[in-house]
Amino acid sequence: MQQIEFIKIVSPFKDKLFRLAKRLLVSTEEAEDATQEVLVKLWTKNETLHELKSVEAMAMTMTKNYCLDQLKSKRASNMTIVHNNYTDNQASLQQKLEDEDSLSWVEKIIDDLPEQQRLIVQMRDIEQYEFEEIAKMLEMNETAVRVALSRARKTIREIMTKTHNYGIG
Amino acid sequence: MALDNIEKLIDKYFEGETSIAEENELKVYFSSPDVAQHLKQYQPIFGYFSQAKEQQFTQEIPLLTKSRDQKRTIVIWLSIAASVVVMLGVGTFMYFESHKSEQFVACTPEDNPELALEQTQKALALVSEHLNTGIESVGYLNEYENTKNKIFKK
Repeated sequence: MQQIEFIKIVSPFKDKLFRLAKRLLVSTEEAEDATQEVLVKLWTKNETLHELKSVEAMAMTMTKNYCLDQLKSKRASNMTIVHNNYTDNQASLQQKLEDEDSLSWVEKIIDDLPEQQRLIVQMRDIEQYEFEEIAKMLEMNETAVRVALSRARKTIREIMTKTHNYGIG
Repeated sequence: MALDNIEKLIDKYFEGETSIAEENELKVYFSSPDVAQHLKQYQPIFGYFSQAKEQQFTQEIPLLTKSRDQKRTIVIWLSIAASVVVMLGVGTFMYFESHKSEQFVACTPEDNPELALEQTQKALALVSEHLNTGIESVGYLNEYENTKNKIFKK
């Protein structure tokens, strides 16, 4: 397979890989490294890519596995890197600060979820994959995905309501 | 959109039973400016989901790896070739060196005086050469003599 062809296949979902990696690894730099690593792995496999039904699903699974491995080795060396950056969006300064604050709250809450739930929230609520696809990528069954997702969403709601009420009181 | 509909959707959403289309409906509703007061608390959640999707992977896709692999194999073959050349060189050198010392041929001065003379000279040269290396290594003993002369002036 030629490079151009490969890039054409990869470009539509490379951002998704990156966001998934970032969701798990938190640090942007690490997520970039992970994405590149996965793309290189895909590229070395490029002879067999044609036989795959969905390169995207395969890449997502690879990213998930790579990041979980990274986390495992990171945990062993007991190191945490927290890194946040946000894009600009036009609004009044006050509103913007407030929004940013609550948005970053949501991000923090999601990042505090267990890895499994983080993955599912990322894939469903942000990337909007169907349950069937998520189940395949995570090698789980659909019901388990639904249950984990519902649990994650409820946790987010619970913590959000708490902080919301703190704001009022 | 009707408020009770949205409320129903939210309940379904937290049970994990909404479809992608319904979730999009919720996203649209919460991104609009007029969200009902009691639902405001959910706004950041959906706002964050939309915002998080904007993040992009800006790094280049590293595809040089294949040519890098090719380069690596070239380097490996080059080093193999170089080591073969070096070994051949050392081998031939050793071969000729060992032959040089074996160049003595058995002969008697009666039937081949010239060859005998040559052989003898060679043998003597070999002996003296070895002797000289022996003497050279003892050469530093002269230093003692020099130092002694310096101290004990005659």
